[in-house]
Amino acid sequence: MSKPRTIVEKIWDSHVVAQHPGAPALLFIDLHLAHEVTSPQAFDELRKRGLKVRRPDLTIATMDHSTPTSSRDLPVLDANGAAQLAQMEKNCAEFGIRLYNRMNDHQGIVHVIGPEQGLTQPGMTIVCGDSHTATHGAFGALAFGIGTSQVGHVFATQCLLQQPSKSYEIRVDGQLKPGVTAKDIILAVIAKIGIGGGTECVFEFTGSAIRSLSMEERMTICNMSIEGGARAGLVAPDDTTYQYLANREYGPKGADFDAAVARWKQLPTDEGATYAHRLVIDASTLEPMVTFGTNPGMGIAISENIPDPAAHTGSQKMDLEKALHYMDLKPNVPLKGHPINVVFVGSCTNSRISDLRAAAAVIKGRKVSPNVRMMVVPGSQQVKKQAEAEGLDKIFREAGADFREAGCSMCLAMNGDQLSPGEYCVSTSNRNFEGRQGKGGRTFLASPQTAAASAVMGVVADVRTLL
Amino acid sequence: MKFTTLEAKTVVVPAENIDTDQIIPARYLKAVTKDGLGEGLFRDWRYNEDGTPKADFPLNKPESKGAEILIAGDNFGCGSSREHAPWALTQYGFRAVVSTSFADIFKGNSLKNGLLPIIVDSDTHKELVANPGMTLKVDLKSATLTLPSGKSVTFPIDPFAQQMLLDGVDELGYMLQQDAAIQAFEAKRVGSVNTLQ
Repeated sequence: MSKPRTIVEKIWDSHVVAQHPGAPALLFIDLHLAHEVTSPQAFDELRKRGLKVRRPDLTIATMDHSTPTSSRDLPVLDANGAAQLAQMEKNCAEFGIRLYNRMNDHQGIVHVIGPEQGLTQPGMTIVCGDSHTATHGAFGALAFGIGTSQVGHVFATQCLLQQPSKSYEIRVDGQLKPGVTAKDIILAVIAKIGIGGGTECVFEFTGSAIRSLSMEERMTICNMSIEGGARAGLVAPDDTTYQYLANREYGPKGADFDAAVARWKQLPTDEGATYAHRLVIDASTLEPMVTFGTNPGMGIAISENIPDPAAHTGSQKMDLEKALHYMDLKPNVPLKGHPINVVFVGSCTNSRISDLRAAAAVIKGRKVSPNVRMMVVPGSQQVKKQAEAEGLDKIFREAGADFREAGCSMCLAMNGDQLSPGEYCVSTSNRNFEGRQGKGGRTFLASPQTAAASAVMGVVADVRTLL
Repeated sequence: MKFTTLEAKTVVVPAENIDTDQIIPARYLKAVTKDGLGEGLFRDWRYNEDGTPKADFPLNKPESKGAEILIAGDNFGCGSSREHAPWALTQYGFRAVVSTSFADIFKGNSLKNGLLPIIVDSDTHKELVANPGMTLKVDLKSATLTLPSGKSVTFPIDPFAQQMLLDGVDELGYMLQQDAAIQAFEAKRVGSVNTLQ
């Protein structure tokens, strides 16, 4: 019998094009996703070398990062943003790449549209010039972020030079309590291992708690693998995956679908396969999580106090002091109850229909606090359409929230949606780095439920008190 | 970009987990070329609200002028995949960054731009942090870093990336030579993956 393999090893083995002594493996890429920010210099490189995009049929582009979320009838006001979007149109036309521009009803955040349209499938290798590409790992694909040089490599050769990663099992067993979500699982994982804990690794999320999650919840978890330092994160496919993929626009249909499912069923990690690292978490012990500091590993349960730098030594102490200084927070007190100015529901982490439903369920029949500006930004035009069909837009608007067009928006504040210096924001996005949501802005990362509850209360809130 | 040896002064930014949003804030990412990113390097740490330099930021100190080696805390370059981070660092004048560890994507991006990520043990790191402005010698062929005291440490580097830097060639050239293998692989896989067109 052959050696038991992990799902990552299986995907890897089936994509090695060539392996020369002393060189990394040449790995074939099944799907390349592109957006306006990390591709222009790669297209320039192709022009400079007289190269074509080798497989436009395996490449798809969208506009998300610098795309305004104001009405599509309005022009792009920022000259640099407008120039970048125009360049994307030009590049995709010249190289024959399908582009979902801001007027297209398939437009959206690159990691939302791939799964939504059935482009993302189990067993694939998927890359994008964006670190949150791990999102697609929810389908049992090996999906990771790359730099612009590598975007050029994939354009030109449909391959990447890669060294194998170390394997890291993150097993989550047990049942989540009410008010505790997939976002809280991943924030708890990162708080435990730290933001460099997964360096050189690919996470495989396993266990009964993961199995019971929907595809959208699994995407939230895989999405933030990079915040744990990992190259990628994935969940082996199962019936939940196959059900999600049935009848998606670009997914296989009919007999092809049945054949695909039979292939996908071979993917899960073999019994007896070993991992380099392992973390076990009991989901039933988790509470809603919120970050207090300036990296995603600085997270606490909502009932906990902000940690005291004095309880730490060396660089950890310095790191905490620096974070609390930037956030203007005091140690040894709860973060719960801290006043906020803004709530952002959106980003590739939490902008799918189930996220909007969850936030709307908390908001319904209530009002956003007069001290809070709440922005809801659907992950794609399709999510927006679905939300409108369900009347979620009305729930948000009647509560006093702003319901906008699709894009990355205030996750990275490139498109004009941003915090003012000093503002506090409860955000469903993935990064709380200094200035990430706008120069001088301060971010508390949390779930859509916690964000919605905080919008209503006007302070960092425990959603369980509103259930 | 070729890299063989370097003898240069250090500047120390000791914070841990310096993320790519600090190295180059997202508002600089609207560029469609690689030009002009150096001025965005550590922008919000380097400059006050009114655009004047912050006197206490290490890069702004007169003695840091001409430093080509950045000494930084653990897990340098975490966060986004933006290659604008090593572009900004090299345009500012850096040729190497020394830390106890690097985030994976940043490390890969740096190696493709002639910016050498040098990993050292924590004792050596402490020594470097405590003595800003040291002149260090880097020899890529032997993968060694030598301190003024004569103390020499070797650093890990992927042998393939090392050779690419020593030869001053890039990966894409090597990859394009594999065309026959890629064609054969593609032929084998026709129909197994849905295509978009």
